[in-house]
Amino acid sequence: MNIHEYQAKTLFEKFGVAVPKGVAVQTADQFAAALAQLDGTGGYMVKSQIHAGGRGKGTFTDGFKGGVKFSATAEKAVANAQAMLGNTLITAQTGKAGRKVQTIYFTEAANLGKRPDGRDDEFYLAILLDRATSQPVIVASTEGGMEIEHVAHATPEKIFKVHVDPAVGLQAFQARQIAFSLGFSGELFKQCVTLVTKLYQFYWEKDCAMVEVNPLLVTKEGKLLALDAKVSFDDNALFRHPDVVALRDLNEEDAKEIESSKFGLSYIALDGDIACLVNGAGLAMSTMDIIQHFGGSPANFLDVGGGATKDQVTAAFKIILGDPNVKGILVNIFGGIMDCNVIATGIVEAVKETGLKLPLVVRLEGNNVDAGKATLAASGLTIVSGDSMADAAQKIVKLVNAK
Amino acid sequence: MSILVKEDTRILVQGITGDFGARHARLSLDYGSQVVAGVTPGKGGQVFEHAGKKVPIFNTVAEAARQTGATVSAIFVPPPFAADAILECFDADLDLAVAITEGIPVRDMVRAKRAMAGRRTRLIGPNCPGLVTPGRGDKSSGGCRIGIAPGYIHKRGNVGVVSRSGTLTYEAVWQLTCRGKGQSTCVGIGGDPVNGTSHLDVIKLFNDDPETEAIIMIGEIGGNAEVEVARWIKEHCKKPVAGFIAGATAPAGRRMGHAGAVIGGAEDTAAAKIKIFQECGISVAATPSDMADALLRIWKG
Repeated sequence: MNIHEYQAKTLFEKFGVAVPKGVAVQTADQFAAALAQLDGTGGYMVKSQIHAGGRGKGTFTDGFKGGVKFSATAEKAVANAQAMLGNTLITAQTGKAGRKVQTIYFTEAANLGKRPDGRDDEFYLAILLDRATSQPVIVASTEGGMEIEHVAHATPEKIFKVHVDPAVGLQAFQARQIAFSLGFSGELFKQCVTLVTKLYQFYWEKDCAMVEVNPLLVTKEGKLLALDAKVSFDDNALFRHPDVVALRDLNEEDAKEIESSKFGLSYIALDGDIACLVNGAGLAMSTMDIIQHFGGSPANFLDVGGGATKDQVTAAFKIILGDPNVKGILVNIFGGIMDCNVIATGIVEAVKETGLKLPLVVRLEGNNVDAGKATLAASGLTIVSGDSMADAAQKIVKLVNAK
Repeated sequence: MSILVKEDTRILVQGITGDFGARHARLSLDYGSQVVAGVTPGKGGQVFEHAGKKVPIFNTVAEAARQTGATVSAIFVPPPFAADAILECFDADLDLAVAITEGIPVRDMVRAKRAMAGRRTRLIGPNCPGLVTPGRGDKSSGGCRIGIAPGYIHKRGNVGVVSRSGTLTYEAVWQLTCRGKGQSTCVGIGGDPVNGTSHLDVIKLFNDDPETEAIIMIGEIGGNAEVEVARWIKEHCKKPVAGFIAGATAPAGRRMGHAGAVIGGAEDTAAAKIKIFQECGISVAATPSDMADALLRIWKG
């Protein structure tokens, strides 16, 4: 689960991680009051709150440029906020449709600029799971404000990693290693050790999937601040964090994905025109692959889980049919334990209930498959049967292309 | 031989009194597997009955192992309590803990995996279909079925199968069986980012197993475990290997059902993994329908 920057920073503050002071608002009539709470001597930052990166370089659908803007005065901050709120922001990560900005976050513009000693003032800090070692890893870099993948590729020597042994947690020497690796000394060194320690505590206690601070900033006054904050949580652990669940913003999630989760379905929308309905994540992924292999284009990932009951199949069909791009459906079920005839009966009922008119190819395999195929054939519906995954994929691609 | 489990392996089931655990305990008994104990804290002394067989239930794993000689546990415990169930297996010094449970928090698994270091117990999973060593009876009955795989699709033979995915494993197994090629052992290592046993661990076991003559390895996007194993195969594996990678069409940054199936960097993609498979001499299945045939192109059985 993802949260907004302003929510992440509120959590940071609770854990003692320093951030610029800020206020988030959802309506334009709150702009002035929000700005009045901030010290504007260094100007303000006006930040669109959406769950996607690349906001600063994004463009709104009406042509307004930049989802994150520096504003020297409160008047300019209000004008920028008015241009952003309710507007749709397109960034490298949002896709063509973009995301509607429903919250504006005003912050005090931390005192940017080179430090007196001329050193870089922006750093990178992240904590995530290293799958290779099954341990949390803290990643730090002197190259803040840039895409870390780019830094890792171009100048790998500028990336520092510290793995945390989960048996003992983050040790003081490890926090010092990070602070030294970023070149800090004196007062800043102490601030960095504290910030890394608190940030790790937040990551671990709140079951984060990833915490990223980019950039971590040194102000002209010599204060270390998390200027941006990107936080995601492990969905599996949400049951023990009701305070985190309360931060979920359904506006940022695909309506069909929310609907599907109510039925125990795992659905992800894609750009193609052949929908698929499959049991099991691995089989669902490879069903998308085989559609593409035979010249089609998958419209979604949809895993109905191990069961595939009539209610689930009906719900799945309704979700699939909610996508106007869909021109045909491929059902691929390996009924290992489940009776294929029960699944076939569920498919027939779901087709009748939804009044499905699109081409439908069904590939059933497994337990009692002959009875299942007979049920499909006897239904009087135009359901095409596929003998193997390859056969079924070729048939649906042909049917959709013929339309 | 087979790997990890044999026909006579004695199995205990943690969570045998829950719907999910009970259902699959019954199916394993029907398959002829040696389910000898159940564990549900607080229900010790009760008996799990199915088809004339009586399986005693114990309060703790240690007690169940001591009294019944069980060496392997199938874990069907709900996610909030599953890591605890895994740790209990380590404490009881079982040979193998197989965690079927889907949805265990990553932090719990990070801690459990750390606790596994230096212990004799091997963990398979979590979020996995388990493992099957097929039997020699009708429709492979009499084998060792631990987890949720359909038993009857198997056939005893000489192909080792290892996969992160359940249904994709069944697909490969069924393709083999339909072509008259049996399996030594089929292992689902699970779809989570932190798991107890890797593709490489299983491939090494297959490489050393005299009964296993050839291997099918099924991977997916996310992480670099498949890359690591492909390079090991090129250097060390004595047996022909066919491979398939699911997720060629998956968009970057989205989790495709499995918690671990997400493209992070460039090396996580299906295309990158397939390229390395080919460079390492692995016969790559073009589609999931082609997994058994990809093996049979390089191995005549």
